[in-house]
Amino acid sequence: MAGASTSSGAKAAFVLIGKRLASSLLTLLLVSVTIFVIAQLLPGDAAQEALGQSATVEQVAALRHEMGLDRPAPVRYISWLGGMVSGDPGQSLVANMPVSEVISSRLPNSLLLAALTALVAVPVALAIGIGSAMNRGGRIDRALNITTLSMVAVPEFLVATIAVLIFSVKLRWLPSIALVSDEMSWGDYLRGAAMPILCLSIVVIAQMARMTRAAVIDQMDRPYVEMAVLKGVAPVQVVLKHIMPNAIAPIVNAMALSLSYLLGGAVIVETIFNYPGLASLMVNAVTSRDMPLLQACAMIFCAAYLILMLIADVTAILANPRLRAQ
Amino acid sequence: MTQAFHVEVKDLRVTARNARGEAFPIVSDIDFALKRGEVLALIGESGSGKTTIALTLLGHARPGATIAGGSIRVGDADITQLDAKALAQLRGNRIAYIAQSAASAFNPSRTIMDQVVEPALIHDLMLRDKAEAKAVELFRALALPFPDTIGSRYPHQLSGGQLQRLMAAMALITDPELVILDEPTTALDVTTQIEVLRAFKAVVLERGATAIYVSHDLAVVAQMADQIVVLQQGRIREAGAADQVLHRPAGDYTKTLMAAARPAIRPAPMRIDVPAAPLLEIRGVTAGYGRIGKDGLPRVPVLRDINLTIERGGTLGVIGESGSGKSTIARVIAGLLPPATGQVLLDGEPLPPGLKGRSREQFRRVQLVFQNADTALNPAHSVGQILERPLAFYAGLKGNAAHMRVLELMDLIRLPVSLIDRNIGGLSGGQKQRVNLARALAADPQLILCDEVTSALDTVVGAAILDLMADLRRELGIATMFISHDISTVRAICDDILVLYSGTMVEMGPRAAFQSAPFHPYTDLLIGSVPEMRAGWLEESHAGRKPPLIGASGEHPDLCRFLPRCAARVDGLCNVTPPPRHPLGKADGMSSHILCHHGDESLIPS
Repeated sequence: MAGASTSSGAKAAFVLIGKRLASSLLTLLLVSVTIFVIAQLLPGDAAQEALGQSATVEQVAALRHEMGLDRPAPVRYISWLGGMVSGDPGQSLVANMPVSEVISSRLPNSLLLAALTALVAVPVALAIGIGSAMNRGGRIDRALNITTLSMVAVPEFLVATIAVLIFSVKLRWLPSIALVSDEMSWGDYLRGAAMPILCLSIVVIAQMARMTRAAVIDQMDRPYVEMAVLKGVAPVQVVLKHIMPNAIAPIVNAMALSLSYLLGGAVIVETIFNYPGLASLMVNAVTSRDMPLLQACAMIFCAAYLILMLIADVTAILANPRLRAQ
Repeated sequence: MTQAFHVEVKDLRVTARNARGEAFPIVSDIDFALKRGEVLALIGESGSGKTTIALTLLGHARPGATIAGGSIRVGDADITQLDAKALAQLRGNRIAYIAQSAASAFNPSRTIMDQVVEPALIHDLMLRDKAEAKAVELFRALALPFPDTIGSRYPHQLSGGQLQRLMAAMALITDPELVILDEPTTALDVTTQIEVLRAFKAVVLERGATAIYVSHDLAVVAQMADQIVVLQQGRIREAGAADQVLHRPAGDYTKTLMAAARPAIRPAPMRIDVPAAPLLEIRGVTAGYGRIGKDGLPRVPVLRDINLTIERGGTLGVIGESGSGKSTIARVIAGLLPPATGQVLLDGEPLPPGLKGRSREQFRRVQLVFQNADTALNPAHSVGQILERPLAFYAGLKGNAAHMRVLELMDLIRLPVSLIDRNIGGLSGGQKQRVNLARALAADPQLILCDEVTSALDTVVGAAILDLMADLRRELGIATMFISHDISTVRAICDDILVLYSGTMVEMGPRAAFQSAPFHPYTDLLIGSVPEMRAGWLEESHAGRKPPLIGASGEHPDLCRFLPRCAARVDGLCNVTPPPRHPLGKADGMSSHILCHHGDESLIPS
C-alpha cells in the first residue's frame, strides 16, 4: 500500500508541475503582448530614427513600408511572435544584422557572469544565513546582520567605484575594465571578470543571506526541532537534516528572486566595467529605438525570470511531502 | 548499581529572565527520587512548571530559562555537571523524551522510519537495517496498523493517536533507562487516549524503564504512576505514593484539583411548560464543504440529516470526537456555512441559509462563542472596546449608556471593573474566556453557541467558567448549545444531549438517559473511555477493545458509520442493512433515540 500511495503521489506531483509549467508559458505569452504594446507606445520608430530629422514624410513612409512597419499591429505581433518561437527575432534596425547574431555575441557573456556570480554568492549566502540563524541574538549574528544590512544599503555603483579604487588604482591587482574576447584564457577572463563578479555578489549575497536566516529561524521554534535536540542530534545536523528540508522552499524562492537580478539588473555593473553583456545591449537598443533587439532582450530577461521561478516552485513541490506524496 | 534510587532530583531551581533582564524563579525547591522501574507523575495546571522540571532531566531548558541550581542525577550521570556534548550523548540514548503533541514533534518533511531510527543511528548503537527491524517490532508491539509499511509514511498521513504511539517507538528504539512522557495523551480524543494509554502501559512501562509522566489529568495518572508530585506555581504542594495522593490527599490544592476533575452537576432551572414553539429547530440539515453534486450532497459531506430542537432557556449538549461535525452544526446555525439541504428555524421562522440574507436582528439573537479566546479577541483592544462594539452595533448604545451596560456585563461575568481599560493581551486565559462570553452577551441574544469554550483552559479555571454559565442561564434565561468532546462535562450541565459520530446523530435524548445503560454502542465507548480515578481501571475497562470479526460491508450509503469500530456489531445485519432510528426504553421521560439495530436487551452490558 505504501508503494501504491507513493506512485499515485508522484503522479499528483507531475500533474502539479505540469500545471505550473503551463501557467509559466501562459505568463510568457502575456509578457510578449505587454512588451510588444509598450514598444509601440515609445515615441518615434526605427524608420524615423534611421532617416534623421531632415527626412520628408514621404521618405519615412516609404522606409516604413519597406520595413513592414505600416502593417496593422496584430499582424506585426503575430509575425514577430512566430519569429521569436522559431529562433529568428528579426533584423536589428541599427546594426543591420540579424538580432539573433547580435544577441549570440552577448548572451554567453551574460550567462557566464551570472553563473560565476551565483557560484560564489549562493554558498556564501547559505553559510552566512545559517550561521547567523544558529547564533541567533549572539555576537556573530549581530555582526553578520550589520554586515548584510550595509551590503543591502550601499548602491552598487559605489561598491564598483570603491572596488576600482582599491584593486585597480591603489593595489593594481585587477584591470578596471573587463575586456572579453574569444581568444582569452580562463585565467585572463577570471582576472577581468573578478570585479564585476564581486560587485554583483555583494548585492545578491546580502539579500539571500537575510532571507535564508529568516527561513531557518522560522523553523527553529517548531516543536520538531526541540524534539531533534532532545534526541541528541548535534546542532549542525539539526539544521542540515531537520530544518533544511522544511526551509528549502522559501530559501530557493528567495534565491531565484535574487539571481533573476543577475541578468537584467546587471546593467550598472556592466556599464562601469564595460563588460559586454546583455543588459547594456538592451539599454543601447532603447536609446537607438532598435525595437526588434529591445523586444528580444526583454523576452530573454522575462523568460530567464520565469525559468528561475519555475525552478523555485518545482523545488517547493518536491520538498513538500504533502504535495509530493499524498 | 549501589545507589538506592535510580533518579534523584535535589533542590532544583530553574529561572527565567523578565523584560528588564532580572532573573526570577519559575521552579524552585524541587526534590524527588525514584527507584529503577518506578513511574513518577508530575501533576499540575499550566504554568505549574511540570514540563520545565521534566525537561531538566534531559539537561534541557527552553529558550530564556536556565537551570540555576540543585542537582539532578540519573544513574551515574550528574546531569547539571555535563557539557553540551555529553548531554547529547545521553539524550535519545539513555534518556528518551515523548513530546506532548506528536503531530508537531515529528518533522513534516521526513518519513516516520527515518525519524524513529535516528536516535539509534546517531548514537552508533546499531546499523540501519537492524534498527529498522527493531522499529517494526516496536510498531507491532504498540498495536499500530500496517507495522511493516507504516514507517515509509509521512506524519501528515497518520492520525494523532498513531503518531503518539510512533513517538513511543522512537523513544524506545535505544532501550532507554529513563523515559520522560510530557502530556502524551492530552491532545487526543478519549477514545483514542485509552488505546494509547494501553499501548504505553504494555510497552513503555513493562520494559522496566523508569518513567516520569507529566500530566494535568489525575485520572490518567492514576493508571500509570507509583508516585505523584503535585505542583503549583513552580513549587511542590504534595508528594507521595499514588494511592495516598489520590485517595487520601492531604493538601487543599490537591483536593481542589480532584474536585475540578469531577464535574459537579449543575441543576438546570425548572422548565416552564409553555406550549410555545421551540426557540431553535433544525430540520433535515445536510451540510459539508465543496461543490454540491447531482445527488444534492456536497463533495465532502460533514453533517447528514440533522434534526434537533432547543427550547427557550434550554441547554443542548453536542458531543463527539474531533471530526464528528459538532462545530459544523454551530457554523450552520450561525450562517457561516449554508446547508446543502434542510432548514434552520428560529422562533418558528426559517433563517436565511447564509450570512447574506440575515437581518441584523437575526444576527443579534444568535451569538457564537469561539473555542479559543486568544484568537477570537483582538489582542490590541481593551476589554471595554471589545464590549462596546456589539452594544453600538446592535443596540445603538453610545457614551454613558454604553459604559453603564459594560459595567453591568463586567458584573455579570464576575470580573473586576478595574480590568475595563486593560488590553486583552494582559488577561489570563480564564479572564479572556469570560470576556469572550461577555462579548456574546452584549448583543442580548436568545441563543449562544459555545464551541468547546473550556477545552483550552485548565480544569479548575474551566470549572469556574461552567459555574458562571450555569448562573447566567438561570439569571438571563438564554438558551445554550454547548459543544464539547468531554461527555462528563456535557452530562453535568446540559438538559439534552446529542451524540454525533461522523456527522450522523447516533443518540439524542434528555440528560437522564445518559446516566445509566443502555446506550448506543458509541455513547457506551465514549462514556467507558473516560478514565476513572483509581488504579486498575485501564485493565478492567472494556472500552476500546477489538470489535468482533465480521464479513465485508455492503454498498448501501446509509449503513451504520460506526460499524468499523463497534463492539456490538452483528454480522449479516449491521454490514448489510441500514440501522433504524428508534427509542431506547428506560423509564418515562428518560428515553433517548438511537440509530442502531440493537434494542434495550442487547445493549445492557453483561
